Amino acid sequence: MEFEPVIGLEVHAQLLTDSKIFCGCSTKFGASPNSHTCQICLGMPGVLPVLNRKVVEYTIKMGLATHCRINEACNFARKNYFYPDLPKGYQISQYANPLAEHGYVDIELENGKKRIGVTRIHIEEDAGKLMHDEHHPFSYVDLNRTGVPLIEIVSEPDIRSAEEASAYLRRLHEILVYLEICDGNMEEGSFRCDANVSLRPKGQEAFGIRAELKNMNSFRNVQRALEYEIKRQQYVLEGGGVVVQETRLWDDTGGVTHSMRSKEEAHDYRYFPDPDLVWVAINEDWVEAIRKDQPELPLEKRERFVRDYLIPAYDAGVLTTSRALADYYEAVVHLTGKPKIAGNWIMGDILRFINEEKREIADCPITPQALAEMIRLIEEGTISGKIAKEVIEQMYKTGKPAATIIAKKGLVQITDEGALVQAITEVMAANPKQLEQYRSGKDKVFGFFVGQVMKATQGKANPQLLNDLLKKMLAR
Amino acid sequence: MKIKKDEVTHVAHLARLEFTEAEAEKFTSQLNNILLYMEMLNRVDTTGVPPMTHAVAQQNAFREDNVTPSLGRDLTLANAPDARGDFFRVPKVIE
Repeated sequence: MEFEPVIGLEVHAQLLTDSKIFCGCSTKFGASPNSHTCQICLGMPGVLPVLNRKVVEYTIKMGLATHCRINEACNFARKNYFYPDLPKGYQISQYANPLAEHGYVDIELENGKKRIGVTRIHIEEDAGKLMHDEHHPFSYVDLNRTGVPLIEIVSEPDIRSAEEASAYLRRLHEILVYLEICDGNMEEGSFRCDANVSLRPKGQEAFGIRAELKNMNSFRNVQRALEYEIKRQQYVLEGGGVVVQETRLWDDTGGVTHSMRSKEEAHDYRYFPDPDLVWVAINEDWVEAIRKDQPELPLEKRERFVRDYLIPAYDAGVLTTSRALADYYEAVVHLTGKPKIAGNWIMGDILRFINEEKREIADCPITPQALAEMIRLIEEGTISGKIAKEVIEQMYKTGKPAATIIAKKGLVQITDEGALVQAITEVMAANPKQLEQYRSGKDKVFGFFVGQVMKATQGKANPQLLNDLLKKMLAR
Repeated sequence: MKIKKDEVTHVAHLARLEFTEAEAEKFTSQLNNILLYMEMLNRVDTTGVPPMTHAVAQQNAFREDNVTPSLGRDLTLANAPDARGDFFRVPKVIE
């Protein structure tokens, strides 16, 4: 029997606020343990949490970017459970009335676009961090992360394969980063994902029994875990067995998912409205003010680049991987009017330089103006494209403008006919055999002569002029 | 009966409370009385009345995103039953 996977994803994204969701403690990552904590996030009796306005604004931004309805009113609820990383004994979350609902994102697949529904986006607080002692029966608790704002983005069960899941996650990730509301760092846990997976016989409407997957901390691991879990369930079902509804942990080293047996007791969170926090009312003016401020999103940017700059979709994809890179590219395009050429230099050289040194485009010593100037020098014939490869490397190393490097190193292209004729004459005289071959009809030898003259001129011969002159002189 | 003994034991477990058999009986009966008393409210016709979650009708109480000083590690750990170095220490929990 052929089975069809049904996947829904829950993504937790840490919001890039300076202070925590309900108190003024810093959210900075990497501080010494238990130093970013106060009465409120420690859950001391009698304290009053007050909502950080920026958390609401950022969540509205994500809601708008995923075409959600922004609810006029939302509130907070307590999710009750005991765990040592949760000092209050409850997590403040949103339950019956989330901030945003009923949206979607379009993902790009090899065979076109697909729309994945977003059920809801709600606000909640993060829990602390536990470290387990390998040798002693203790765990250690750091509560710095407690109360860091999160949004949970819940998808509809619209995803049908591990590839689709991966595409959906990348899409959410790039939107969050473009909106500058999440740093997207998966290693530090700023972007985390849980998955609900079930299989059903192809053509059947009703869903099968699902397993929940946790502990996948990279895009690659999400894809691997889902691929494994789909195979595992298929194996169970084909053997006539039943999938158990349970939480399973992805084991990266083993490449398998394990049942998390300790949580066999059904979740009973006893949600109720948090009496400490008043309702949040969001009027149209607020939403509109945020909408006006929204940046162009990556997918729209890619489509515009392909449409307006006539560059391949692949190039547009690379050039929009970050907002800063896209801005850099567009600045060069506006200065040169050469979208394809600008793209090639950025993708081929600039990105290679900065990736090698793990730098950000913002820290690139070659400004868009400097790159545009170099492209202009090629267009004007001052330097050849080949020489430019050397020039751009020097520009990156020294931060100096192209013109300075060209003058200093004597790299100006030879466009003087007399000088080139002389170089060609010398090369012809030195290679009588090849000359004879060419004149007896072996056109291929032409390339040999181009190479020789280039060598003799240290690559400075203007390629077009060299071509024209060579053709004339060899034919004689 | 509004509540049965096994529900009381279940809720007690969720709250990490341990009852003797006698206590469980006693609390079941007491909780029953409370719930039956509250049940009177169901006699009021609430058609069209939205549920109330707060005694005060205030909304949108916000703070701005400013960092204020934290307590510091020493005060944070001061009341902890067990601490080691920079951390709270708890019995090992492994999922």
